[in-house]
Amino acid sequence: MGTATLGSGKSHGNVNTVLTIDRAIVEAIVAHARRDHPDEACGVVAGPIGSDVPTRHIPMDNAARSMTFYEFDSMEHLRVWREMDDLDEEPVVIYHSHTATEAYPSRTDVSFAGEPNAHYLLVSTREPDSEEIRSFRIVDGVVTEEEVNIVDATVKA
Amino acid sequence: MAIEVRVPTILRSYTGGAKIVEGAGDTLTELIDDLDAKFNGLKGRLITPEGGLHRFVNIYVNDEDVRFLGALDAKVKDGDSITILPAVAGGALGFAAAAALLGGLSRPTTPAPAPKAD
Repeated sequence: MGTATLGSGKSHGNVNTVLTIDRAIVEAIVAHARRDHPDEACGVVAGPIGSDVPTRHIPMDNAARSMTFYEFDSMEHLRVWREMDDLDEEPVVIYHSHTATEAYPSRTDVSFAGEPNAHYLLVSTREPDSEEIRSFRIVDGVVTEEEVNIVDATVKA
Repeated sequence: MAIEVRVPTILRSYTGGAKIVEGAGDTLTELIDDLDAKFNGLKGRLITPEGGLHRFVNIYVNDEDVRFLGALDAKVKDGDSITILPAVAGGALGFAAAAALLGGLSRPTTPAPAPKAD
């Protein structure tokens, strides 16, 4: 993977938070985004409920197969959400790529954001040899950027 | 016996924090009306002002997306399990353009009225 541009961590609202995520998972997300480029890629990283630790990377199909829109397939969505339920997990990270624009939530992203506990991770693949990786909380239409803290740990992507 | 409804985090403010609630009805519309009587405001998060299923949620009867079961006319019965999930979607496309692409950001359950002949 190329050099990632980390989010500034500057608060856009009144909540200052951080996403701590394993390097292997970030690399797997970037690889997924590169693989699907120029279409947008999307997926989830599940983690134990209440832990705020993303541990299990689940690449999802973009049912829209579009360069400018993504949507989980509704049946895959149900299956994956049930699986998380059975494992006492929740979606800690919901990610997607923007393939020609910056890694910042669009109005569409904000309108759809329906998981108030999730970190919304965006990857921009518009540059061929580097990725912009930024993370946001989106609650009640309010976007708050947070720092992305990439760590080396033992989690399997 | 009743119909079990699984409520996503974002809508639990309406159910007093409950993840699973119970309702009754013969169709999804009746079930939603029944739930709205107990959890005021919930209906507005599931159904658009035009009366269609909201684009921002997916509703399942057991293992099926209700869009394939007649949407709000989907039949439900005691013992069914209904799951509500917030749709996960978005992308770089502007909201207006996305709305045009998707034919409006609500899922109408009845065909649009034919244009009036002037």
